[in-house]
Formats: sequence, structure tokens, C-alpha cells
Amino acid sequence: MKKVRIFITLKEGVLDPQGKAVQEALQANGFPEVADTRVGKYIEMSLSDSADVAQEVQRMCDKLLANPVMEEYSYTVEEGIKS
Amino acid sequence: MKFAVIVFPGSNCDRDMYHAVRDGLGEEADLVWYENANLADYDAILLPGGFSYGDYLRSGAIASVSNVLNQIKQKAETGTPVLGVCNGFQILLETGLLPGAMLRNEKLKFMCHYETLVVERNDTLFTSGYEKGQEIQIPIAHGEGNYYCDDATLETLQQNNQIVFTYKNNPNGSRANIAGIVNKAGNVLGMMPHPERAVEDLLGSKDGLALFQSVLHHWREMYVTTS
Repeated sequence: MKKVRIFITLKEGVLDPQGKAVQEALQANGFPEVADTRVGKYIEMSLSDSADVAQEVQRMCDKLLANPVMEEYSYTVEEGIKS
Repeated sequence: MKFAVIVFPGSNCDRDMYHAVRDGLGEEADLVWYENANLADYDAILLPGGFSYGDYLRSGAIASVSNVLNQIKQKAETGTPVLGVCNGFQILLETGLLPGAMLRNEKLKFMCHYETLVVERNDTLFTSGYEKGQEIQIPIAHGEGNYYCDDATLETLQQNNQIVFTYKNNPNGSRANIAGIVNKAGNVLGMMPHPERAVEDLLGSKDGLALFQSVLHHWREMYVTTS
């Protein structure tokens, strides 16, 4: 099996009110150095070894997991997970 | 005229929509469960508000890839009026029938109150019963109604005259005060405010009724011949 980890965040330039609120709370709690805080989503899944992982993951993200109008995504693939 | 109100798991304004058509407008409506739906015989499609699939992933995202949306897309292509309100608007955005996306409200709060909308266009099949520039009282109820699109899309919306309703006092941070937009052909309307909750005085406003009356008027003009 392959372990896929997908990270989805709002695009740069899209206002992230949630990230802003988190950042302000951190700054108010003794972390004044915090900047550029973005809140996103993390999705993990297992895919069978036969799958063309990169292509499949991109198709999943474009079709459902991310909304290209406002979000961007990245992913990592860990090979050789024992099922 | 026969309206289909599409019901997803988590829809919660379906009965308001049903009530608006049946009791406000006096026309036929069915609550149509999204699975195995057959929309062939319906003259208009209504996507109600609520939290389809619990807003999992993104508001409207999972409903937007359900099979019934393929049928709705086909109906939309042939000119059938499609109205998406609140979560219904989010579904129309997610499925690509309308451009843009919804972000969380600027102030991160769920907001539920009346807003003043400005009718920017009264030459659509949804708004012929209003005056251009008319101000109407329609309630909003959403946490993610902050309409977003990039500069190029906004320009296209403005050039094609697709902005139908704007907020007089922008409550949520929406770009260009957008409260409702249509597709290029003008038969698909998405809006965050709830016209179906403003169809009789008892509800505080009946400014939403003219929207449903406009749709009926259009249908009669198109399909009912009198001798």
C-alpha cells in the first residue's frame, strides 16, 4: 500500500479570516513573531500499489478534495506501507 | 407550474422553499430526494439551503458531485430555471454552474438577520417583478457567504451583467457586495439571502414573493398560450 498525505490551503492572496484570527490569538498569547498564518485541511488515505498515485491524487483533488477557485494543494506519497 | 425542491441529507430549508411555492405562489411543488431523482417533468429546480452532508470538506462540495447534479446541469442547459439559495448557491458554485466560491464570513460569525438587497437587474426571469434599483428586505442565514472570485472573473461578471442582487450594507465581506448572480444565459440564479423566508407579512417581509412570481410569469409567457 501507499500512504498519501494531502495538504489543502487557501491560495496566496485569498483572505483567510480563520488564519488571521488564529494568528491574532497567538500574538496576544506571547508569540508576537508569528506571521502569515494559514489554516488548511489535511487528508490522508491509503492507495493500492497498482494505482498511478500521482495522477489519481491530482484527479481527486481537482474533482473534489480542493476547490481550485480559492484553494491550492500539495501531497506526499510514502511507499511500501504493509497492509 | 411544477417545481422540484431537491433534498440532500442535511438540507434544512427545503420545507420553507416548498411552503413558498405551494402556499405563497400557489403552484405545485415536490420535495425530491436526491437519490434516484427523476427531474424530467419539472419546470423549475430549487436547491434549498441547509448543510448538505454536514458541510463536510467544503459547503456544498459533496452534494455538487452527486448524480442529481448531472441532471440539473442538463436541465439548466436547456433553459430550465434553476434557483440555488444559500447552501444551494454554494452547490451551484462548487459544481461550476456559476463562477466563484464561498469563503467564511469576514468576521467568522454565523449571521442570521434581515439585510437590504438592491435589485441590480430586473430583466432576468427571476426578477421581472421588481423595479431596477429597488431595495428589498430578505433574511440571510449563513456562516460562509463571503463571495470570492478573482479579478478576471469579477470583470466577466460585470461585463456580462451577471450580478443580480447586491447587499446595501455588505454583512460578510463579499466581493463587490455580491448577494446573487446568474449564469450567462440568465436561467441559473444563486443567492445567499433567503427569498423563500420572506413570502408573507407574518414572516416580517414578503419581498421574496416577487422572485417566485417572476419565475411563474416567465413560464406562462413561454409555455402557456391563450386563445
